[in-house]
Amino acid sequence: MSDHSWLTEFPDMSRRELLGIRKALDGTYRDFSRAYGDQIEAFFDPLLSFLIWFENLLLHTPWWLILGFISALVYFLSRSWKLSLGVTVSLLAIGYFGMWEDTMRTLSIITVCTFLSIAIGVPIGILMARSNRAQSLITPLLDIMQTMPAFVYLIPVVMLLGIGKIPGLIAVIIYAIPPVIRLTNLGIRLVPQETLEAATAYGATPTQRLFGVQLPLAMPTIMAGINQTIMMALAMVVIASMIGVKGLGQPVLKSITNQYFTLGLLNGLAIVALAIMFDRVSQSYAKRAQRHLGDNQNG
Amino acid sequence: MDNSASPLIEIESLYQIFGSSPESVLPKVKQGMSKSEVLAETGHTVGLRDINLSIRRGEIFVIMGLSGSGKSTLIRHFNRLIDPTAGKIKVEGDDILTHSAKDLIQFRRHKMSMVFQHFGLMPHHCVLDNVGYGLSIKGEKREVWAEKAKEWLETVGLEGYEDQYPSQLSGGQQQRVGLARALCTDAEILLMDEAFSALDPLIRYDMQSQLIELQKKLQKTIVFITHDLDEALRLGDRIAVLKDGEMVQVGTPEDIILNPVDDYVRDFAKDVNRAKALKVSHIMSSKEQQVRDCESVDDLHDTLSTSKAVIWTKAGMLQGVVTARSIEACQNGSTDSPIEHTLSVNEGDYLQKVLPLALSSSNSILPVLNEENQITGCLTHLELANALSPKELEA
Ligand SMILES: Nc1ncnc2c1ncn2[C@@H]1O[C@H](COP(=O)(O)OP(=O)(O)O)[C@@H](O)[C@H]1O
Ligand SMILES: [Mg+2]
Repeated sequence: MSDHSWLTEFPDMSRRELLGIRKALDGTYRDFSRAYGDQIEAFFDPLLSFLIWFENLLLHTPWWLILGFISALVYFLSRSWKLSLGVTVSLLAIGYFGMWEDTMRTLSIITVCTFLSIAIGVPIGILMARSNRAQSLITPLLDIMQTMPAFVYLIPVVMLLGIGKIPGLIAVIIYAIPPVIRLTNLGIRLVPQETLEAATAYGATPTQRLFGVQLPLAMPTIMAGINQTIMMALAMVVIASMIGVKGLGQPVLKSITNQYFTLGLLNGLAIVALAIMFDRVSQSYAKRAQRHLGDNQNG
Repeated sequence: MDNSASPLIEIESLYQIFGSSPESVLPKVKQGMSKSEVLAETGHTVGLRDINLSIRRGEIFVIMGLSGSGKSTLIRHFNRLIDPTAGKIKVEGDDILTHSAKDLIQFRRHKMSMVFQHFGLMPHHCVLDNVGYGLSIKGEKREVWAEKAKEWLETVGLEGYEDQYPSQLSGGQQQRVGLARALCTDAEILLMDEAFSALDPLIRYDMQSQLIELQKKLQKTIVFITHDLDEALRLGDRIAVLKDGEMVQVGTPEDIILNPVDDYVRDFAKDVNRAKALKVSHIMSSKEQQVRDCESVDDLHDTLSTSKAVIWTKAGMLQGVVTARSIEACQNGSTDSPIEHTLSVNEGDYLQKVLPLALSSSNSILPVLNEENQITGCLTHLELANALSPKELEA
């Protein structure tokens, strides 16, 4: 009878074997992080100093100056008084409810994450658009990045770099970068074949094709990707706060453990307000920049 | 035709096979395996098979064929938007397949420009920037190319549209921009892939007329793709007919109509308006048979015994048509001259133009004059009838 036990119970490996594997893997990784952790940290040092500098800049500049700057920036990007006014009012409310500093911290990390995601994601997207092989290699990676629970990849990051801004930043970027990569790839692949052929036929170099035709025509799609990336980065704020990223996420975390409903709600609303701000501004900027395309994008 | 000009573009045994490993399939294709067999056996598509062409400087060379026959594939080899599986492409004697990436870019910038079926304009550039595109990517200064671009926009009839975007223009206007862009680079060779096919018939006709006018002035070498024989006949100095990636016939427009090599070409020629496509010179009979040069009508008697009517010239000057009947009538005294009439047609006239004339004349024969008003032959009703509705069409 015991020969047939695999019919009723899954023939799993013994606990001892599993433990062995786990120990071996964890051990190797721990050794790796012990051996190289310092070097890797050192590698990220310039980024860390920039993060700290930028956060301090936002924290130490008088609030009214920042408010004025943001309102002006929003107006410059969107050319909409309404939007600019809405942003000002939201920020005033945030400040009035005592969340100014946390909001500035979150703003600083989200801004840096967004720019890094663009700086890393757009080139990867371009690579994918140029080579089918790159696309078939990277796509499953992106799928994993988007479906793997964030907590899982927090573990090795924390093991390697400890708790703090940099691991938080890395976690946010891993979570938020896939849309910008995917949509850069998609946008470039959707550029009408004839338009690209025309550029080639008139003697455009590959660089002229990329910057003169492919990227500009893919821009609406890329902007949609950037927009999604920002939204996802904001969604990661709470999780990132678990590994020491200060900002609006921490009060939320505190409210969960202590059941402070109002505190959680207020900070949550502040995150939502930030999200809406980023979203509307980036969208109206994208729309404004692409207005000449009219309704006929295939030219 | 002008045979003295050396060929500008030569294509020699060009093959294009689409699929994962074209080289391995090439021997089979060269052995003559058919397109469908190749597809069934290897999964490869034969795009072009053994194409040989030579295009002369200054001519409009039309490549015609049904959709899917490989026209776009072929024209994209001229500037190497596609590289062939095998074969040679020579421009001014240089094999452009040996060009490095850098040389190729220079070649495209200076030698050829292209007009696309769906215009291929840059939607994010205004009309002026589109027209100047070829020059701007060469690194020319804006002040320089903007001037030229403006001139070409004027030439194609679009002055005042400089700051519009392509999406704001109609199809015909967009293709004018496409044409201006092609002309703006001053390239000697113009590739036009179904450039007018996406346009309404009236606008298409206008664009053809404009191209013909421009070509008179510019004398470019134009490779023009179309699936429309009427367009091919109107524009082409020579026409190549493509079928399933093979070149079935190359010839002058009248060759294609009057001597189609197979049913495919005949089918193309079937629906064409022959009266509009053929000229008198294509179907007229030569001078010897029915034109007589002599001093007096009396010398015509022996000729009139073998043919019903004869054209009488005296010292090279056209006198008129003389028939046995008219001489008889003159001798009877019912008319005072044996000469029936002196209507004539020109060699270069399209049949459409001479048809009413031929029908209204009482005789079945019309004298044909050349540009210097010298008589070169004659046109008979029978020839007209045969040309306009040949036997194979009646079946
Ligand atoms: N990149 C490609 N891959 C596979 N088959 C192709 C490719 N390009 C063209 N073909 C095939 O080659 C043939 C000719 O196409 P094309 O040159 O576009 O015809 P046309 O312009 O005369 O309509 C068609 O059967 C088409 O399916
Ligand atoms: Mg085509």
